Amino acid sequence: MLEQLATLAWTVAKIMTIVLPVTIGVAYFTYFERKVIGYMQGRRGPNRVGPLGLLQPFADLFKMLFKEIIIPSNANRFLFLLAPVLALAPALTAWAVVPFNDWLVLADIDAGLLFILALTSMGVYGILIGGWASNSKYALLGGLRSAAQTVSYEIAMGFALVGVVVLAGTLNLTGIVQAQSGGVLTWFWLPLLPLFVIYFISGVAETNRAPFDVAEGESEIVAGFHVEYSGSAFAVFFLAEYANMILISALASLLFLGGWLSPFQGVPVLGDTFLGQGGVHWFLAKTAVFCFLYLWFRATFPRYRYDQIMRLGWKVFIPITIVWVMVAGALRVSGLYGG
Amino acid sequence: MSEIRNFTMNFGPQHPAAHGALRLILELNGENVERADPHIGLLHRATEKLAESKPYNHSIGYMDRLDYMSMMCNEHAYVRAIEQLLDIEAPERAQYIRTMYDEITRILNHLMWVASNALDLGAMSVFLYAFREREGLLDCYEAVSGARMHATYYRPGGVYRDLPDQMPKVAESRWRKGKDLERMNRWRGGTLLDFLEAFCEDFVTKVDDYESLLTDNRIWKQRTVGIGEVSPERALQLGFSGPMLRGSGVAWDLRKKQPYAKYAEVDFDIPVGANGDCYDRYLVRIEEMRQSTRIIQQCIAWLRANPGPVILRNFKVAPPSRREMKEDMEATIHHFKLFTEGYCVPEGETYAAVEAPKGEFGCYMISDGANKPFRVHLRAPAFVHLSAMDEMARGHMLADIPALIATQDIVFGEVDR
Repeated sequence: MLEQLATLAWTVAKIMTIVLPVTIGVAYFTYFERKVIGYMQGRRGPNRVGPLGLLQPFADLFKMLFKEIIIPSNANRFLFLLAPVLALAPALTAWAVVPFNDWLVLADIDAGLLFILALTSMGVYGILIGGWASNSKYALLGGLRSAAQTVSYEIAMGFALVGVVVLAGTLNLTGIVQAQSGGVLTWFWLPLLPLFVIYFISGVAETNRAPFDVAEGESEIVAGFHVEYSGSAFAVFFLAEYANMILISALASLLFLGGWLSPFQGVPVLGDTFLGQGGVHWFLAKTAVFCFLYLWFRATFPRYRYDQIMRLGWKVFIPITIVWVMVAGALRVSGLYGG
Repeated sequence: MSEIRNFTMNFGPQHPAAHGALRLILELNGENVERADPHIGLLHRATEKLAESKPYNHSIGYMDRLDYMSMMCNEHAYVRAIEQLLDIEAPERAQYIRTMYDEITRILNHLMWVASNALDLGAMSVFLYAFREREGLLDCYEAVSGARMHATYYRPGGVYRDLPDQMPKVAESRWRKGKDLERMNRWRGGTLLDFLEAFCEDFVTKVDDYESLLTDNRIWKQRTVGIGEVSPERALQLGFSGPMLRGSGVAWDLRKKQPYAKYAEVDFDIPVGANGDCYDRYLVRIEEMRQSTRIIQQCIAWLRANPGPVILRNFKVAPPSRREMKEDMEATIHHFKLFTEGYCVPEGETYAAVEAPKGEFGCYMISDGANKPFRVHLRAPAFVHLSAMDEMARGHMLADIPALIATQDIVFGEVDR
């Protein structure tokens, strides 16, 4: 009995060591976003709350918590409140299988990649249900758009990951990273370059971020699926969206850029220093680069139209991924990469 | 079996892309627009009636508030109508100043347009870049009239006062100091004309910046090419004017066809589109900003070389100078009469139109010989363009509606008047 309790406590502690940094990461990602986009647009971003505005995320959080959650009349109360939870839960659960370095992982399961694929596609239920339960026309359109978009990009994303699995020979994320060991040139971005690009773009589309943010589509359907949400219910949606963005960035670095591996691995002089050692720092640095790309896209591109996104997904990405999965197979069989 | 009905949606008046107080009733089949019914009148302020109940020179300020993105162009139409009825003409220098400020206004309006159009299609950065440039031009407004938007600068018989010899500088404060302050004041060492000259030189490169973000951007093209196509014949039938008409390929511009102020003396081209879609109208407006810069540069050169009076010395229609008023009884009386009773305008009717940034802005005025107009009618270009919304929107998708509202460049101040 005592032993079981100890295991439980240990597991909860491990969960907290992942969930808390992710939550704080989300808070500072919003700060980072506002600063980066601010400087790209010739503004300064938040700089009033705390030194350099560093306390702004907490000010926002407390503001949200103290606001009333308004439930629209004729909305389905139960589903309306369930939706944010359904959006957040998979976004956080997926972190369970993400390895931060060769030993730091909550659940080192064999089908890690499959688990992640399953959970990232679960996130759309929250959006769909939230859009429907709001009893608002804008929200309904946003939910529908989001569902269609996720379904089509899930396929391109899945095929992109098939390429990774073919080269790595395993579905275990730690195994996938270890299969890339060797240096910058043995990471999977090189043999799988088209898949790498498509994976990240699909990831942007999956998380409903600019230029694929039609589910929110500010100038068309106001705020899309969360137009009726306020206060902490809205904050939970927000948290889920940003946690997903960081997750997609982390996965991109794990699957294509060698996760925690150092780019200087095996390089004569640098290879022996701190920079040459693989570790959490490299993983975080690579993830941050992808997070930055998200913001850069947002500051640069106009928004796609809903049907154009579908066309891009079905007619461009899916054919390319199918072809490149064949190429990956050929690389594997010929022994140039993997195996 | 339940009946399948179309989805009816209220687009506005509380909507981020409604450009003010537009209420659009959309009939949607899925995301496809079957019908778009604009409801207007939420910003109706009875400007025409107000103008009919006041002496002629009291209503100039109302004109600023019609299309509040192209303030001085509206004033220009109204002031020209009065001048035509009175049969007077402003001094040459005033005409050049008006030409220059009309073009400043055009750039202001088109900047606002490119900003909001980009924002409506999701390109947020262009919005803030355009606002950065607007700041300098609004300072030019402020320098001559004291107001950044509602200037009331054009007066019957000329303009309120001559261009200032010293461009006002940004004052030092807790927030504006050191390098920032130096950068803000770098063009402000000399006169207003020096400032404008430096601005124009810089502005052309800024337009290139906007274009590099939008013109060849594939997403931008996908969102605008082939959207809201209007054939040249149909554009004429619908009464389009300005960039909406030129985007369809009709080279009609009042500045060329019926020159007013000093447009006959300056050299500029009018760009026309080929397909009449949102993309062509975008290109036309971008090119118009460059042409406006050219006109401003020519006006600067003339204004530098030719000092002179900027308002008539006919004290029945134009006020005497402040200095004269302090010393001369006659001048004080003129001033008092002018700003209380105004002046009587000979019987007759007239129509004066200017090429406002959005199209032909006209003022139709009937005088019965009193000191107030008997009837004022204002022809607002955006009203005509908005009437074509249904026709342009049919068959497009919901996401194209913001693109169409943006391309029509609607401002509700003048639609509802």
